[in-house]
Amino acid sequence: MNINGKPVTLEADGDMPLLWALRDVIGLTGTKYGCGAGLCGACTVHLDGAPVRACQTPVADVGTAKITTIEGLSATDLGRKLQAAWAALDVPQCGYCQGGQLMAAAALLRDTPKPSDDDIDAAMAGNLCRCGTYTRIRAAIKQVAGVRA
Amino acid sequence: MNALPLSRRQMLFAGALAGGGLWFGAGPAGAAQDGVAGSPGAGLTAFIRIMPDNRITIVSQNPEIGQGIKTSIPMLIVEELDADWSQVTIEQALADQKIYGRQVAGGSMATTLLYDSMRRTGAAARAMLVQAAATRLGVPVGELTTGSAMVRHAASNRSLSYGALAADAATLPLPDLKAVTLKDPKAFRIVGKPMPGVDNMKVVTGAPLFGIDASVPGMKIAMFVKCPCYGGTVASANLDAVKAIKGVRNAFIVAGNGDDYELAAGVAIIADTTWAAMKAREALQVEWAPGAGADQSSEGFAKAAAALAGTRGPQEIFTEGDAAAAMPGAAKRLKASYHYPFLVHAPLEPMNCTARVDGDKVELWAPTQNPEPGRASIAKLLGVAPEAVVIHMMRCGGGFGRRLTTEYMTEAAWIAREAKVPVKLIWTREDDVTRGNLRPAGWHHLEAGLDADGKVTAWTNHFVSFGKEGKFGRAAAIETTQFPARFVPNFRCDATVLDLAAPTNFLRAPANNGFGFVMQSFIDELAYLAGQDPVAFRRTLLGTPRLVGPADKRDSYDAARALGVLDKAAAMAGWGRKLPKREGLGIAFHFSHLGYFAAAMEVAVADAGDVKVKKVWAAGDVGRQIVNPSGAINQVQGSVIDAIGSAMGQAATLSGGAIEQRNYDGFPIMRMPDTPPIEVAFVLSDHPPTGLGEPAYPATPPALANAIFAATGVRLRSLPIDTELLKA
Repeated sequence: MNINGKPVTLEADGDMPLLWALRDVIGLTGTKYGCGAGLCGACTVHLDGAPVRACQTPVADVGTAKITTIEGLSATDLGRKLQAAWAALDVPQCGYCQGGQLMAAAALLRDTPKPSDDDIDAAMAGNLCRCGTYTRIRAAIKQVAGVRA
Repeated sequence: MNALPLSRRQMLFAGALAGGGLWFGAGPAGAAQDGVAGSPGAGLTAFIRIMPDNRITIVSQNPEIGQGIKTSIPMLIVEELDADWSQVTIEQALADQKIYGRQVAGGSMATTLLYDSMRRTGAAARAMLVQAAATRLGVPVGELTTGSAMVRHAASNRSLSYGALAADAATLPLPDLKAVTLKDPKAFRIVGKPMPGVDNMKVVTGAPLFGIDASVPGMKIAMFVKCPCYGGTVASANLDAVKAIKGVRNAFIVAGNGDDYELAAGVAIIADTTWAAMKAREALQVEWAPGAGADQSSEGFAKAAAALAGTRGPQEIFTEGDAAAAMPGAAKRLKASYHYPFLVHAPLEPMNCTARVDGDKVELWAPTQNPEPGRASIAKLLGVAPEAVVIHMMRCGGGFGRRLTTEYMTEAAWIAREAKVPVKLIWTREDDVTRGNLRPAGWHHLEAGLDADGKVTAWTNHFVSFGKEGKFGRAAAIETTQFPARFVPNFRCDATVLDLAAPTNFLRAPANNGFGFVMQSFIDELAYLAGQDPVAFRRTLLGTPRLVGPADKRDSYDAARALGVLDKAAAMAGWGRKLPKREGLGIAFHFSHLGYFAAAMEVAVADAGDVKVKKVWAAGDVGRQIVNPSGAINQVQGSVIDAIGSAMGQAATLSGGAIEQRNYDGFPIMRMPDTPPIEVAFVLSDHPPTGLGEPAYPATPPALANAIFAATGVRLRSLPIDTELLKA
């Protein structure tokens, strides 16, 4: 597998969700478990840049796709900008969902650099924040995109 | 080393660190006075450590659950120490109430309890550093100033860093904490400024921070499968089949101690990975012996509660005047029954705990809001000394009260000992929902009477709640002073307690999260019955600005502060403006957890009944100083979103003694597209600063229901709201 730009050898059953391979076998715990059913988005990672739910992705299905986790987000300029905005606007409360939120936001801005509110809603609707930091998540996305708050 | 009494049980200490540093901290009175050189000594922990190279570490004593306490409380110390925020590193304390006293994320109490003492701690350390500088420079203390962790003597243009003074300061007597000079708040450079959370960069880079990220050498993953029905026990289980599954190391039955708050019965599975444990669960077959609550259901409780309408409850809560006598003489009367359901907390990080048991020592990595009950249960059930239980308080992926109970800590310790291996116990989301601790449901059978001027002259409430044998369960009681008690001349509140087998627990703004909806919705009904504007009616009910009840007590009610936030929210919302058809403005206020809050809400109700919240205005009074405005606004917006989400769609329903919902599809949390803009304002009043994790919640659900009434004329008396009732 290729995780965050590095080759990684994984020994696991093919049906193991990528989430648990990352957390329990590879030791990358930034990708979070929230629901195990694709309902909360806390486990969002990128496969070749596209956001997927790691809890719903068996490792056998990953193939040669390049995996990016929250630990690898700062490899891109966009990722670093998002992380800086998230920290400066003080988005997190507990912070548990924010890795998944950032991965979803990065995928949105890669494809839609100047998103409308509807674009943001559509891209982020699958990511729960139990603390309710949505107002600041939206503000941080807009700040990075350079669109009007 | 020097020591000074801080309270009857606690003392302040200061002393030298190896390499010429200063530590300044607290500990139990009578603790070892001869700290080992280079460490604060047994039983003592430093709040402040200053090293010769001017590295400054501040210890944060309370659990961090997203309320921002690891940022806000150290801000108080650093402000008075007079260092720059960028110069300090914040470190999380271990759980040790003998050193720190209360270490609980609950009751919105940290700011209330620590605002003064943490400022004084910082100021005392500063005073010692200044004294050390005065001696070194041979000048009077009065000629010295501080800033950026430096002491300056302007007249001779000399300055010394705190680090350079640390070794000298460590030898000085401690200043009198009560007499120590505090800054004029106008001179604050840190407190009152928006400070991003100290762990934000770790959060956004995915660093291991949370309980579920803990790892210890040799650790296995544990799961604990409990009876769907609370209180159930294991009759038999196919353990051999489970153990045969690849990656599974062990499986065994835990008899438990019959207390769902401590150690329920169940089957423990030990596996190499979470996935292996999950597969083992699928293969696990258990014959359960159902618990005492097997015949309990939400439907049954609703019938029992409905049958009590129009009766008096056996428990008297609060009586003033004679409501029964006054009611028949009222010009107008209104009866209504209100209801709110059971809820679970559903924090995004499910319950988990990592435990290592080594002989009679237990070490835990626990995401907890309240470590001490866990320590007590483990000491009791494992037969170890409480001091032998070391608890690392891990950052919590949300709390909301769920982690005030500690059964997952006991489970982890018990399973680690039985399995003879360190374990990380992980609950699945389904475990988390089905074995939730319930926010008690409640019913209120209300009646009120108005005089000819529309003033409320009589009010009765038969409150139906939960507990055991007539005693209220945890978080299920009503305060004697719950508004509008003491504001209506003839008032009676009484109660019936229904037996509930399931454990109940505090959920954000406990009990008040339901009471706010009931009281402020019924008051809204009375305003319309009186033919008065809802804000004007509330102002009349509050009456003259005054303190009702004893000063500076939790059960006093300050009408002036309630009026302040009510007026502020109304002004922010542009109260009284005309809105299009099927749109409406609602308002409500509530006092709980020492905070006064009002919420105004604008909604639009579609012909199909769907409710869109267009905007929320929240005004709060939590005293004279907002410690961290950034965290404060985040807390209020989060509370409002939490409350709207709950009112819109959340209910945990019991059937056969078990919760019917299993995951976020059945227990929906509010999502981004439904989130309205939320404007927050703080009304500063000359009162001690108090906490913000909870008090913004209770006024929100009634503001929603009242706005829906304004839009549709339909009064919703039950949560979650039923949009079927709102069709045009």
